[in-house]
Amino acid sequence: MNKPSVLTTRQNTFRELDAVYVLWLREVRRFFRLRSRVIGSLGMPFFLLLFLGLAPVSFPGMPTGRYIDLLAPGIIGMVLLFSSMGAGTSVLWDREFGFLKEIMVAPISRTSIVLGKIGGGITTSLFQGLLILALALPLGFKLTGISATPSLPSLTLGFLLALIYMLLIGITFVGLGLAFASKMSDIHGFQLIWNFLVFPVFLLSGALIPVDMFPRWLQGVAYADPLTYGVDGLRGCLVGFSQFALWFDFFILLGCSILTVGLGTYLFSRVEVD
Amino acid sequence: MMKAVTTSELTRKFGLLTAVNKVDLEIERGEIFGLLGPNGAGKTTLTKLLATLLTPTSGRAWVWGHEVQSNPHEVRRLIGIVFQDPSIDEKLTGREHLELHARLYGMRNGSQRRERIRLVLELVGLAERANSLLETYSGGMQRRLEIARGLLHYPRVLFLDEPTLGLDAQTRRLIWDYIKELNRREGVTVMLMTHYMEEADYLCDRVAIMDQGHIVALGTPESLKRGVGADVISLQVSGSRDLAELLRRERWIKRVEERDGNLALWVEDGESKLPQVAVLAWERGINIRSMNLEKPSLEDVFLKLTGRRIREEEGDSGEYIKRIIRSRKRR
Repeated sequence: MNKPSVLTTRQNTFRELDAVYVLWLREVRRFFRLRSRVIGSLGMPFFLLLFLGLAPVSFPGMPTGRYIDLLAPGIIGMVLLFSSMGAGTSVLWDREFGFLKEIMVAPISRTSIVLGKIGGGITTSLFQGLLILALALPLGFKLTGISATPSLPSLTLGFLLALIYMLLIGITFVGLGLAFASKMSDIHGFQLIWNFLVFPVFLLSGALIPVDMFPRWLQGVAYADPLTYGVDGLRGCLVGFSQFALWFDFFILLGCSILTVGLGTYLFSRVEVD
Repeated sequence: MMKAVTTSELTRKFGLLTAVNKVDLEIERGEIFGLLGPNGAGKTTLTKLLATLLTPTSGRAWVWGHEVQSNPHEVRRLIGIVFQDPSIDEKLTGREHLELHARLYGMRNGSQRRERIRLVLELVGLAERANSLLETYSGGMQRRLEIARGLLHYPRVLFLDEPTLGLDAQTRRLIWDYIKELNRREGVTVMLMTHYMEEADYLCDRVAIMDQGHIVALGTPESLKRGVGADVISLQVSGSRDLAELLRRERWIKRVEERDGNLALWVEDGESKLPQVAVLAWERGINIRSMNLEKPSLEDVFLKLTGRRIREEEGDSGEYIKRIIRSRKRR
């Protein structure tokens, strides 16, 4: 029989990393096995792009004058928001189906559990974000990259930077979802979070209407919304048009992601499973 | 020698309710120890205290020499646990579950891990379904997978909280045999929480009877049953009066009762007395039509100690579902 003996620090670190990896793997596996849910969740953004993208909407200052070029980065931001919040709050489902106990009783730190969850959430969110970007192209979205005219360097740099913004949006909202899920004792508050937090965050972010078209008081609220900077950054990277400087969007998002992940980790570490 | 589990005045309160009340236990290495009691007796709370999922209000507990409160990480490595409610991910296959579990418990060597997984799957008879998603498993199969999982990482102590709750009689018997087999093959100490007295009786080397947070009795199933009284032999006989008189003279019969042609005899060690009764009757030419031996059950032990029946509050098969719903709402 194997003898469990006291482990060295090095062994322990490896074990924790291994735990993060297998928990990440579980999230990714689950995601791809719930195929109908993935397709279902991409339906809404697809139809938004399809029908709103056809609308002859115009806002002053739009570089191409075509609404879909403004809309597509916003919808990508929305997809990331929805999927990463979903990933963060999936702790509630793990609790509902009892699997959380299996993880919580394992000899690994809570931080590793959180890292696995966040890693999985980011991976699946990024995948969905890229998928909707790919779907937007045949619908007429003109990807130009970081400047308003397409060129190979502009496209390459823009795409790479867009990945970073997507990543940061993902981290921010997985962390926030985790924080909320840790404070909720069952899945009944789920609807509440969705309708009173996630939807306002989406609508206020300027994903559909640029924030500077909002009445002034509402702009103030919009600037408190992390997704505003995410959508703005994505526009800057994908169509070369943003309200703020890209570095400004980056640092605001970075701050938000550190904040929500810290909060999520702290609250989750205090969860008692009964 | 160090005990597998020791508790000392272990207590956990939830508000006004004292779920576990000054419990003192010592569980030997390698034994199957049963904790028998009705729903709500505190068995699950005690399990969770020992598994470091809850912290005690007062008192202390040690698992394999490690104190649960000061050294929870070490305790978690040394225990395996099968929870009362299912704790599986239906979107994973059996093998993936075990892979995940093994790696959470630091089994990093791939070939050793796969070999171990193969072994435990075989032990619970799930080798052929290892690559199917758990949503395609029956309830009994899911339970068996959870038992395999609890055992996978070579735990020193395996906690089984109502492992056969809600399962049909055949599956229950199967799981009992698996538990016996793994105790024998792996030498793992098993702590079994149950409200099925047959389960405790069949499986356990020693049984503690728990009621309202207290341990009210402790011993081997045989000694506990002996404590409540004798075996009862019932006879259907023609000429019962003669036989009754005859039997009253025998010193090994504690009590004889006669009721319309039937006799009831209170004896020790009933099996060995059956032939003696038969011989006595035969010598007198008395014709016995039937003989029946009734032995006291753990249910009788519980009844005698608490004045209530263990399974009094247990209803139909829907009870299992209702309990899950109730336990969810309590949170």
